[in-house]
Amino acid sequence: MALKVLSQEEGVSVGGCVASGCGSSADRLAHLPEAIRAKVNNHPCFSEDAHHHYARMHVAVAPACNIQCHYCNRKYDCSNESRPGVVSEVLTPDQAVKKVMAVAAAIPQMTVLGIAGPGDPLANPARTLETFRQLSEKAPDIKLCVSTNGLALPSVVDELCQHNIEHVTITINCVDPDVGAKIYPWIFWNNRRIKGRRAAEILIEQQQKGLEMLVARGVLVKVNSVLIPGVNDEHLQEVSRVVKAKGAFLHNVMPLIAESGHGTFYGIMGQRGPTTEELQSLQDSCAGDMAMMRHCRQCRADAVGMLGEDRGHEFTLDKIEHLDIDYAEAMTRRAEVHAAIEANRAAQHQRTGEVFVSLASLKRKVPAKPESRPVLMAVATTGGGVINQHFGHAREFLIYEAAGLDVRFIGVRKVDLYCSGDATCGDAETALQKTLRALDGCEVVLCSKIGYEPWGQLEAAGIAPNGEHALEPIEEAIAAVYRELAESGRLEQPGVEQQRMSA
Amino acid sequence: MAFQIIEGCVSCWACEPLCPSGAIVAATPHFQIDAKQCTECEGDFAEPQCASICPVEGVILDGLGVPVNPPGSLTGIPPERMAAAMAEIQAR
Repeated sequence: MALKVLSQEEGVSVGGCVASGCGSSADRLAHLPEAIRAKVNNHPCFSEDAHHHYARMHVAVAPACNIQCHYCNRKYDCSNESRPGVVSEVLTPDQAVKKVMAVAAAIPQMTVLGIAGPGDPLANPARTLETFRQLSEKAPDIKLCVSTNGLALPSVVDELCQHNIEHVTITINCVDPDVGAKIYPWIFWNNRRIKGRRAAEILIEQQQKGLEMLVARGVLVKVNSVLIPGVNDEHLQEVSRVVKAKGAFLHNVMPLIAESGHGTFYGIMGQRGPTTEELQSLQDSCAGDMAMMRHCRQCRADAVGMLGEDRGHEFTLDKIEHLDIDYAEAMTRRAEVHAAIEANRAAQHQRTGEVFVSLASLKRKVPAKPESRPVLMAVATTGGGVINQHFGHAREFLIYEAAGLDVRFIGVRKVDLYCSGDATCGDAETALQKTLRALDGCEVVLCSKIGYEPWGQLEAAGIAPNGEHALEPIEEAIAAVYRELAESGRLEQPGVEQQRMSA
Repeated sequence: MAFQIIEGCVSCWACEPLCPSGAIVAATPHFQIDAKQCTECEGDFAEPQCASICPVEGVILDGLGVPVNPPGSLTGIPPERMAAAMAEIQAR
């Protein structure tokens, strides 16, 4: 793909992500060496483009935790909630290995196995490392990764590297102990509970040390940060700068999830989460310093499937117990499926690239014209990088911003935010009302089909439904719709945001 | 003397691997401490391990039946300051 990469250094674009999102070949990761790009090419959590095509799974082998975060409730068993730290059943390493092989055979596009909890994987070193040891032996075509709060990281770095772990995610919410003291009430360190600022100081020290050790050993490090308004919102830009300087290659700023029903300290105390605008604005301001991840779904510690979907219920212990998996055969089929996916991606990039080159070069020739106003568009997709989902079936939308120069991926908005529980949750909003709220600020929604009733309500809300680009590559379709808007003069009228501000 | 885990334990497993006496049992509805085996960590650690990592206030009692982690000890907010802390957090 020949599209020029826009970056802050060149003073062109304010945003971090450019066409084809945060993860594909010609985007923000383009500055990375080929070897690293090859490592993330089929990792749905490390590459935005890959997440359209490949699936991941987490196995919940790590129940214990060595720190307390104010956004986490250690009572993790809930089948209705979808958020980090929540699982339905804790597995032994043997059970986990069996589950991974069952999923790998049934979902060949699953390329990545992560251990992410429900506690801290490295606070359960025996269980975590045993799972990795068996998998690196029995399922060599699966990438292994782990996420951690970082406290125990320096002590297990070398063992992790022995098991061929190429990707590690560290959750770093601060580099300043005064900020940390508002997030972490205590840690368990050297057989003692340590509280307050000193706890945060030790945690930060270990996180930074662990980050440096991983980078020195050639492991790819992604940093997750939870955006907590009034606590670390301003501070996260500093975090982004520091971790980039130490060699982290991707920063994922996620919104705080805090609801009283979750029983977390923040939820009970009424700490609010960020608005979508606050999150996006922070991601944009960090983007000048480093590659930002915007497609995170904040999934459960036992999630299975494409990002945004959870097929865990198909692989519960009782269902996989008696399966006898021929992994050699599964590996052959997996390789075929991966080759087909790569061929499909290559074809898409070629098409998309052509569209963008013409759009972008056209724009470069007329620099005197003020940049036409950006438009947010929502996309309903089940994966594959194309628009292929019925509006009424979409539980989440990918949000893109189209502007004069490029189409960039902004993030994901879920319709049922964090909980798919029943009416007892007290939320009387209809499905359509929730969807309309999720689409706030968007002017167009692209889907494969849409019903008559939502069509009318979307139009009434100032969002144009569009089913004309079914099965087309997402960014190509968005560029086409943007051109139509430009040609029809719609871009000279103020967008929804501007109208609201002047009202 | 022995420690005791009572209702409110969320069975998070954090304490189990730490016990130097192997006294913690992954029972249901919540974990239990085998009183015959618990030594309160005497001779092994300066501080009782289960109570030092337990994330829930009030669910581990010492030999006298007193909570090792009383209300406010883990959140860092004593009950009398709760209302003020809540107001401060909600103003964020």
